[in-house]
Amino acid sequence: MENKIKKVDLIFEKVDQLAILDKSFKRSSDEIILDVIDSGLRGRGGAGFPTGLKWKFARNEESDQKYVICNADEGEPGTFKDREILTQVPEKVLAGMALCGKAIGATEGYIYLRAEYNFLLPMLHEKMREFNQQMKDRNFEFTVFVRSGSGAYVCGEETALMESMEGHRGEPRNKPPFPTQRGYLGKPTSINNVETLVFALMIANYGPQTFKELGTFDSRGSKVFSIAGDTPKAGIYELELGMSLEDFVNEFGDGDTKAVQVGGASGFCVARKHFKETLIGFEGIPTGGSMMLFNSSRSMYNILHDYLEFFEEESCGQCTPCRVGCQQLLKGIEAVKRGNKSPAYLETLQKLSDTMRIASKCGLGQSVGNPFNSIINNFREEIIY
Amino acid sequence: MSKYKVNLKINNIPISVDEGTTILEAARKLNFNIPTLCHHDDLCVAGNCRVCVVEQKGARLLTASCATPVSEGMEILTNSMKVRQARKHIVELLLAEHNADCTKCFKNGSCELQDISNEYRIGTHVFLDLVKEKDKIQDISSPSIVKDDSKCIRCQRCVRTCSQLQAVSALAVTRKGNHMRVSTFLDKPMNDVVCTNCGQCINRCPTAALTERSYIDQVFDVIYDPSKFVVVQTAPATRVAIGEEFGLEPGTRVTGKMVAALRRLGFDKVLDTDFTADLTIIEEGNELLSRLKQALVDGKEVALPMMTSCSPGWIKFQEHLYPEFLGNLSTCKSPQQMFGPLAKTYYAEKVNKNPADMIVVSIMPCTAKKFEAERPEMRGSGYKDVDFVLTTREMGMMIRQAGIDFNKLQPEGYDRILGESTGAAVIFGATGGVMEAALRSAYEIVTGREVPFGNLNIKPVRGMEGVKEAAIKIKDVKPEWKFLEGVELKVAIAHGLANAKVLMDRVKEGKADFHFIEVMACPSGCIGGGGQPIPTNMEIRKKRASGIYDEDEQMVIRKSHENPEVIELYDKFLHEPLGHRSHDLLHTHYYPRKRH
Ligand code: SF4
Ligand code: SF4
Ligand code: SF4
Ligand code: SF4
Repeated sequence: MENKIKKVDLIFEKVDQLAILDKSFKRSSDEIILDVIDSGLRGRGGAGFPTGLKWKFARNEESDQKYVICNADEGEPGTFKDREILTQVPEKVLAGMALCGKAIGATEGYIYLRAEYNFLLPMLHEKMREFNQQMKDRNFEFTVFVRSGSGAYVCGEETALMESMEGHRGEPRNKPPFPTQRGYLGKPTSINNVETLVFALMIANYGPQTFKELGTFDSRGSKVFSIAGDTPKAGIYELELGMSLEDFVNEFGDGDTKAVQVGGASGFCVARKHFKETLIGFEGIPTGGSMMLFNSSRSMYNILHDYLEFFEEESCGQCTPCRVGCQQLLKGIEAVKRGNKSPAYLETLQKLSDTMRIASKCGLGQSVGNPFNSIINNFREEIIY
Repeated sequence: MSKYKVNLKINNIPISVDEGTTILEAARKLNFNIPTLCHHDDLCVAGNCRVCVVEQKGARLLTASCATPVSEGMEILTNSMKVRQARKHIVELLLAEHNADCTKCFKNGSCELQDISNEYRIGTHVFLDLVKEKDKIQDISSPSIVKDDSKCIRCQRCVRTCSQLQAVSALAVTRKGNHMRVSTFLDKPMNDVVCTNCGQCINRCPTAALTERSYIDQVFDVIYDPSKFVVVQTAPATRVAIGEEFGLEPGTRVTGKMVAALRRLGFDKVLDTDFTADLTIIEEGNELLSRLKQALVDGKEVALPMMTSCSPGWIKFQEHLYPEFLGNLSTCKSPQQMFGPLAKTYYAEKVNKNPADMIVVSIMPCTAKKFEAERPEMRGSGYKDVDFVLTTREMGMMIRQAGIDFNKLQPEGYDRILGESTGAAVIFGATGGVMEAALRSAYEIVTGREVPFGNLNIKPVRGMEGVKEAAIKIKDVKPEWKFLEGVELKVAIAHGLANAKVLMDRVKEGKADFHFIEVMACPSGCIGGGGQPIPTNMEIRKKRASGIYDEDEQMVIRKSHENPEVIELYDKFLHEPLGHRSHDLLHTHYYPRKRH
């Protein structure tokens, strides 16, 4: 069979990041931002907000102080790509932050590192020292610091992350104001995922065109995936966006794939019958990078149960739909399984998860309905019996 | 804030409002009510309960109307199908986590969760019951406050109250997900943490998760016990608030009806804490003058500024957080605690009762008074000085339980003695009131003239500003006070412990050269006390305050030192301010406490 999956090497490719920065520092903020907008780059954390626009908003704010935050709190189960990027090419991440700093007019950058990745700290500190010195040598005022998170999943959410950085409990804030208006310490802040920053750097290197040529209209470029589950090829791959799930499964599956969970616990579960029509990208199913393959040996009840247990624990607990909703979904499928509630109760729970989707305060609660509804819709029998 | 106008539509009705207005406020202007739970006018926005969600045309997500400012061209629906479904779900979820035994609940009939459940006719059985058995065990460690986690809807109003208004932060959110709850340092009992018992959290809790420790049943027991002689005292701030429990406008003065109701309830005598408020002014005023003399004439090291001590929440706050300033506190007991020992000595003798058979009940706007009455040093009479403290709210409940039609009562007067009071005492109920009362007397004692303010109303110490400052130049003094000639008496007033902290930090940094400081633990003083009718907000507190000042103006006597019963008390019993008997009965001391 012809291989329809295109592998790309932009993220891990070794480049002279200082040369890219030197080139960029000679340009205006506007030029840098225009390139990022033109490239069509969207945030690689999952939500997919156009990166160039975010930078533009942050640039347009008047403030004595602005911040760049690199979100390295990758908590989605089955995702481990950011750790790999930070391990392999930390210099590129730092350079991406400096590029953003130049674009929005920030002089300080923070890496918010997930507690589980604290073993990277000594290496990161070393790289940061070097990098900060390099920036000084260039008379470019930009210093990077690192902050260690406490490992709460919700701290991957931008505003909860900033609360945590400020020493508060990791609870998402109300939006608006958005971080680009009032972010860390109340100052305009551009907060970008690790991978996004590296892509921005590579766009500065090759120009928007190279990036734009990859992917589809809505999903430009390539993306790093963490591939896990029932696959002989588990690992990290940078792939062009816009592939169909069928091609993906042909490449990575074990021949017996019955479902793929696209986007980790908060993503969608796609059943075999939909592989062909499902596209990986913003016009299909967007993903922060986690791809989990399940073969016929798996119980979808157990999988959903695991996800719900995860959310029930990891919800910050401040808002009603998410805090109580997660518990109800979990206890609810248990009750149906045990026969304490009739199968029709699943529809009640699906309505509830729809409410969670539109009424929760942050992305966590809003996305629980994705795995829930997609698994119930596709594997209702497995949940009941 | 800039006053740009923003145009939007709510339920298809156009409206133009100031920039920065929230959708909730804009909807209220059009008389569309949107239910809220985590929202409270006194507190910063939380946006976490989500019952106030509304639909914005074109948006996928529903919007929390309390937390979202309007924007140009917005089209909002407050009651669409989507909104209704979501809102019902949210209330159902809250009830699933809630121990909804309304019939025996202290908040039954005045509960925000109950109200919204009623409006939507929601039962508790749609989803699975998630109430944890261990949460049903109430924390009754504190004499003032009961914490019942099985009633908590995690709105965090209490948390915001305790940190924002009170700067205490005894309550905080702990854990996450299904374990998330409101708790104390290391989950210690309320009585073992930094909590000041101010009850401000109770006033803002929409459910019965936080309530006062109620002593209604005990009080009815003693009332019906023929061997007991039960006297009741009422604090100044109760008379302008109790009406709210019976549907009257905040600030309505119902002193006479309240006295009548208490008499109907069966109290043997209805007396007035205002009497001991006047007495406090005499003792405390003399204490201030004596400290000033020691400082100015004898050149002694005395603790100045002197600080008022009538607010027990403030005392405990100070004991926890500023123990190095305990010496600055006036040694005077609060009016409530002056009343107790006088009732069980002086008054008992007058009415020929055995103090052992006497029960003193207080009606207070304050929950911290319950704690204060339990302090071991409050036994100046040889008995427990004050036996039971009830809040204004509990008094309301007793009156309702006894089937007394409050609004139809004819006003009656207090019993004598310990029932005479002055305008100066009444204003104790509002922030700045103690200061005003003290100045009215001190100035006159020292100069022989009335304070130089129109009609005795010392305006600079009134009002709702967080920290107020004033200065009075003392001139042409009587010969015995000549050391005060030309002295500018500087005073400051704070209400709400967050403001107290601001003031205390200034004192600590040596940036405050005040002579006298008044602090009330509760926002706006006792009228905003933790035992007052719920709801309370700035508008309501302002109305109660104006009720207080009206009452003052109506009084025949408006200066504490002119209270004839107080004069008689000194003649016949105490002999002199700060004297031996005063010391035994009316003064006290304080202890440092831990910080958590
Ligand atoms: S959706 Fe969940 S995680 Fe997000 S704010 Fe609400 S409770 Fe917290
Ligand atoms: S708190 Fe409200 S809803 Fe809950 S039991 Fe009490 S009255 Fe009922
Ligand atoms: S009573 Fe006052 S100090 Fe205690 S928890 Fe409530 S608000 Fe805080
Ligand atoms: S105790 Fe009351 S105010 Fe505090 S979170 Fe619970 S329900 Fe809200």
